[in-house]
Amino acid sequence: MSGGGAPVRIANLVVTYPGSDRRAVDDVSLDAAAGELVVLLGPSGCGKSTLLRTINRLVVPDSGTVTIDGEDVAGSSAETLRRGIGYVIQAVGLFPHMSVGRNIGIVPELLGWERAQVDARIDELLALVQLDPARYRTRLPRELSGGEQQRVGVARAIAARPRVLLMDEPFGAVDAVVRAALQDETLRIHRALGTTIFFVTHDVDEALRMADRIVIMSAGTIVQADTPLRLLANPATPYVDRLLDAHDAVRRLQLMPVREAMAPPGAGPMPTQGAIDGARTLREALSAFLEGADTLAVTDADRPIGTLAFDDVRRAIASTEASTRA
Amino acid sequence: MSYLLRHPGEVGLRLLQHLELVAIAIGIAFALALPLGTLAARNARVRGPLLGFLGALYTLPSLAVFGYLVPYFGLGLVTTEIALVAYAQMILVRNVTLGISGVPAAMREAALGLGMTPWQTYWRVEIPQALPVIVGGVRLATVATVSIATLAGKIDAGGLGALLFAGLDNDDSNRIIAGSVAAAALAIGADLALRGVERLAIGRSR
Repeated sequence: MSGGGAPVRIANLVVTYPGSDRRAVDDVSLDAAAGELVVLLGPSGCGKSTLLRTINRLVVPDSGTVTIDGEDVAGSSAETLRRGIGYVIQAVGLFPHMSVGRNIGIVPELLGWERAQVDARIDELLALVQLDPARYRTRLPRELSGGEQQRVGVARAIAARPRVLLMDEPFGAVDAVVRAALQDETLRIHRALGTTIFFVTHDVDEALRMADRIVIMSAGTIVQADTPLRLLANPATPYVDRLLDAHDAVRRLQLMPVREAMAPPGAGPMPTQGAIDGARTLREALSAFLEGADTLAVTDADRPIGTLAFDDVRRAIASTEASTRA
Repeated sequence: MSYLLRHPGEVGLRLLQHLELVAIAIGIAFALALPLGTLAARNARVRGPLLGFLGALYTLPSLAVFGYLVPYFGLGLVTTEIALVAYAQMILVRNVTLGISGVPAAMREAALGLGMTPWQTYWRVEIPQALPVIVGGVRLATVATVSIATLAGKIDAGGLGALLFAGLDNDDSNRIIAGSVAAAALAIGADLALRGVERLAIGRSR
């Protein structure tokens, strides 16, 4: 297995669509470290999908370069490049006339793998996305639920072990509960494979939940790029502030007591960077994280009852989102 | 009916000739319509004029078209096939155009994004998706061609039309009936067979 992810470097990228005098992407530079999960966030028309699609050359820039592992994407044929990059779009991307197995096996087959190798890989991937190979291999996409189709879409994208994975609003068509499950699964796969992922969404909660780093875009430019935590703490412009606030994530944190989001004691190494009362809100916990804490002890009348890490806060944001929208 | 029963050999021969006329016409017409329809689906500037021209062609009375062509291509097979191919184009090109342009852009994009070449995308994704509409066009064109091909009997190209026109010339209603029944049976048979193919195509593409 060619392990891990590749670093991606986007430099001074400009894209103008034919017939438009506005730049869809306006002099954007962005580096992603190997294995980083970068979320491109913004309203429709902000250029996030266009930027994503320059990476696999579905969009050709007017100027600027994209390099993967130091190699210019313009340097090889478009087909060769794309077979080495995973690509997930909304559920419509599965081919309805091909079985689930054949959908997943497309890229390995295009790459000329042996039949037996492809079949083994299909079963391995179905198991990875938690679909029973024996039951699902020969089914057609329309016989699957939206969430199952999307898992197949993810399996298809990583079939040939790409080191870069592009996901364009991949979970936009499924309901909030299923979306949370798919987000979990994607994070699990990301941890297991270490693939560099670019993830496009307009959903702030999804971005906060998934990202190592969030890149906020507006009118073709990057407004701010930072970790979820630092974005929440220091929105660089009123635009970022409004974008985050409009989606309520921070306000919801004010309504949730720490004890509802904490992990039970013993779930991780005991914290050393401070303690917080279980009845305090997650908003207050967030402040402690901003001051540099990694993990907090949660106490009830000075007695430790659990631990809280920033990931727990993120999970709490996602679960309130799922329950309010479901 | 009695003619059919007394001369099964002759009716059978005419039926086979007729089938051959239709098969050649549909074969050639499809080979032309696939690239033309694909071009029309990809290029809006080609689509309007092309479909307009073929539609105009389709409205010409078929007997008159045979009449126009005979001075240039003589009596027989060549004239017949030119006329039949021209008539079939309208339906076939229109359905190929509809079928191909009905494939969602996102599907095409997914195929390209996975690393298929444009050629692979066309044959492995777009054509299978468009197949029910394309087969539907082949079915309609075939049934229409079975009917129009009876005119071949008027210009010595054989087929069931030869029976019909011989019957008309000799005031022999038995031959007219035999030819009509056989032509109708052929049209219905072709329709049913191609409906079966269409259902298979739909089953695979939904």
